Amino acid sequence: MARYILQRVFAAFVALWILTTVTFVLMHAIPGGPFTRERNVPEAVMRNIEAKYHLDDPLWQQYLDYLGGVVRFDLGPSFKFQGQTVNDFIRRGFPVSAELGIISIILSMAIGIPVGIISALRQNKWQDNVTMLVAIIGVSVPSFIIAPLLMYVFALKLRWLPPAMWGSWRQVIMPAVALALLPLATFSRLMRSSMLDVISQDYIKTARAKGLSELAVTWRHAVKNAVMPIVTYLGPLIAAILTGTFIIEQIFAIPGLGRQFVWSVNNRDYTTILGLTIFYGAFLLLMNLVVDIIYGFLDPRIQIAGRKD
Amino acid sequence: MSKKLIAIMLTVAVALSLGLAGCAKKPAGVGDLAKDQTLRFNVGAEPETLDPALQTGIPEFNIGSQMYEGLTRMDGNNKPYAGVAEKWDISSDNLKYTFHLRKNAKWSNGDPVTAKDFEWSWKRALDPRTGSQYAYQLYYIKGGKTLNEVDAKDEAKIKQLSDALGVKATDDYTLEVTLEAPTPYFLGLTSFPTLYPVHRAEVEKFADKWATKPEQFVTNGPFKMTKWVNNQVIEMEKSKTYWDAKNVPLKKLMIYLIDDQNTGLTMWESGQTDLDNNVPVQEIDRLKKEGKLTTLPYLGTYYYSFNVTKKPFDDPRVRKAFAMAIDRKLITDQILKDGRLPAYAFVCPGIPDTEAGKDFRAVGGDYFKEDIEAAKKLLADAGYKDMKKFPSFEIIYNSSASHKAIAEAIQEMWSKNLGIPKEKVKLHVEEWKVYLETRDAHNFQVARAGWIGDYVDPMTFMDMFVTNGGNNDTTYSNPKFDELINTAKMSADPKVRMQAMHDAEKILIGDDMVVAPIYYYVSNWLMKPYVKGLAINTIGGVDFKNAWIEKH
Repeated sequence: MARYILQRVFAAFVALWILTTVTFVLMHAIPGGPFTRERNVPEAVMRNIEAKYHLDDPLWQQYLDYLGGVVRFDLGPSFKFQGQTVNDFIRRGFPVSAELGIISIILSMAIGIPVGIISALRQNKWQDNVTMLVAIIGVSVPSFIIAPLLMYVFALKLRWLPPAMWGSWRQVIMPAVALALLPLATFSRLMRSSMLDVISQDYIKTARAKGLSELAVTWRHAVKNAVMPIVTYLGPLIAAILTGTFIIEQIFAIPGLGRQFVWSVNNRDYTTILGLTIFYGAFLLLMNLVVDIIYGFLDPRIQIAGRKD
Repeated sequence: MSKKLIAIMLTVAVALSLGLAGCAKKPAGVGDLAKDQTLRFNVGAEPETLDPALQTGIPEFNIGSQMYEGLTRMDGNNKPYAGVAEKWDISSDNLKYTFHLRKNAKWSNGDPVTAKDFEWSWKRALDPRTGSQYAYQLYYIKGGKTLNEVDAKDEAKIKQLSDALGVKATDDYTLEVTLEAPTPYFLGLTSFPTLYPVHRAEVEKFADKWATKPEQFVTNGPFKMTKWVNNQVIEMEKSKTYWDAKNVPLKKLMIYLIDDQNTGLTMWESGQTDLDNNVPVQEIDRLKKEGKLTTLPYLGTYYYSFNVTKKPFDDPRVRKAFAMAIDRKLITDQILKDGRLPAYAFVCPGIPDTEAGKDFRAVGGDYFKEDIEAAKKLLADAGYKDMKKFPSFEIIYNSSASHKAIAEAIQEMWSKNLGIPKEKVKLHVEEWKVYLETRDAHNFQVARAGWIGDYVDPMTFMDMFVTNGGNNDTTYSNPKFDELINTAKMSADPKVRMQAMHDAEKILIGDDMVVAPIYYYVSNWLMKPYVKGLAINTIGGVDFKNAWIEKH
């Protein structure tokens, strides 16, 4: 087990290094730099500004300096927001994005999974049809429609909730709901199809034949075995949602990482682009590792630790 | 002479018609004050920096101007009035300014604001190691440009040029400034952020990071920052040490940093903010109909740049024909719908001419008319008899709904009015920074562009087209034009200088049509009716010094 984890961690570092290198190259390949502006400054002045941020060094030098910083967990200063560092952005933005993300995921699981189970048990009955219709809407209506709609109804018309910004629990409600909708719909659909698959298995029939109650059959035998796809989906979902989503954060003016990331690309804020890419990459790799380990516990058929041939 | 200059400054550029512009100097107690003197303003972005020397954008300026005060402040009519400087003398050749600072001006920690603070701050802004992108606002000072362009590694040279710079604190309350050339708008510039004083001790102690935390700001303006929640809000309270605190009615400022325009609008409409000037284009029509929109003049011109060295736009007759074949009224009235004016010259209205009460634009008049028949004739003269054979070309613009709508309209107009097959007028959209690079590399035939004045003088529009000018993307070069700009820059006689700029503009647009002007900008504001006494100038600045919240 320990050896397996070590192997995975090593592979993760290699993946991160490749990610950093590719991002570094692509980022410098797109036209425009952090100090490209509508008002041009004299060339001598631009040279001095670039020297201040070491942008006048040869690219390989910048690349090595950057890698050196990353090894020391120093992601460098932002070029756009002067006096602030990429570490500052992560320290400030990640807890916000993570809080919103966790609330949304809990919300989507708490509703999505039971709904999926009920749908499966009432397959093709009205409960199933209604929930699947809602799920289709949830999957297909994008958050940039849902979010302004919620804001219009609950903030502007009914005045029940503050329209935007971050800090109080009332400000969490709308973004959390808007963000939860897609995973909620996905959870319910995944759970439904996985349940349908499981309840047609022989061992379920056996369980029923043994005379177990319907509740016991559903809970102990069906749900436990049907939950695997949820776990698979959960890994990348956590990584994606906890590191921030641009649209929701933008619309609700939430000071999270997602917004910072998109800005950094628009601004060619090189260090921020790289730093947040690495952070996101590392988080995603970590989540995948966690999911793989959890698999092993949930399903004994999957062997994760070193197979000996 | 100094009186004459002040007279120019006095000329009311634009009546703000807020009904209260005249009250700007009146102390609190005018009208009924609401109990809660808190103004909530959405500035529209997280500031990139609050170090005045490094600021480049309007949101930053509008946060800074509440916290800081320069030698002068600017009122709602673009007129500078006494700030830290109580009075000033200007030499007869207009080259030497002596500012007399008020003795009761204080920093928020109680230190007096001295002439030495200004000298040090201006030298810092020009120091190449500071890396200020707006340092050119100090190039008017003798030796400013040379200092700013020195190699940042050459410390001896920096020191030498810094010592020689034309700014000297002769005592604690007297600042002597020597200029390179007569600059009638210099007084106005002293209200600009790059020329604010900064408190040396904090800047030196915290170096690059000094302007990031409220407790590290020692400022000298009417308000003092108390809180900065990044990407959310900056809170300020009235500064007790401000010399004119008795004339500052507001107790608190909440400056929101919301960049999504629709969210900002919802916040304003649901009563979370009182003031916002980032109005989504698609809502303008509705807001106007509902009477919620306040439209004010803004010092800017929207235009299409021609690359004058690339075929087919290397011929002034072709450029003129294309400029004449655009229906500007349709663009302003049908597409933009917010009171922008069709432009038939380059310098926008709102800049005073030499004679008191006269506007530069009104004196200069229009330099061309829309006339499709004349346009066709010009094209025929240029050898394009059969427009079906006109070479195909491309219009570039940066991605935005309104730029797109305008580009599509112009494509249609050129094709229909001049008879060019539509597929030959190509549109090409680019992401902002890509577009800037393309324009900068002169890698275009026609490019959408806009220019917002840095100060209230025609020069802020005119000098960009000098040969090899840093912002001259058109590659235009005309010795006659260059000479007129030079005359205007060097002349001590306001009449001569104004005339030179009129003549230069006639060449730029009337003769050479280097750019096709489309419209003159406006700025749109969402203002609650109880917000009074705002000083909004036409270069985008808003000052809350004398603002108040009326009982409502």
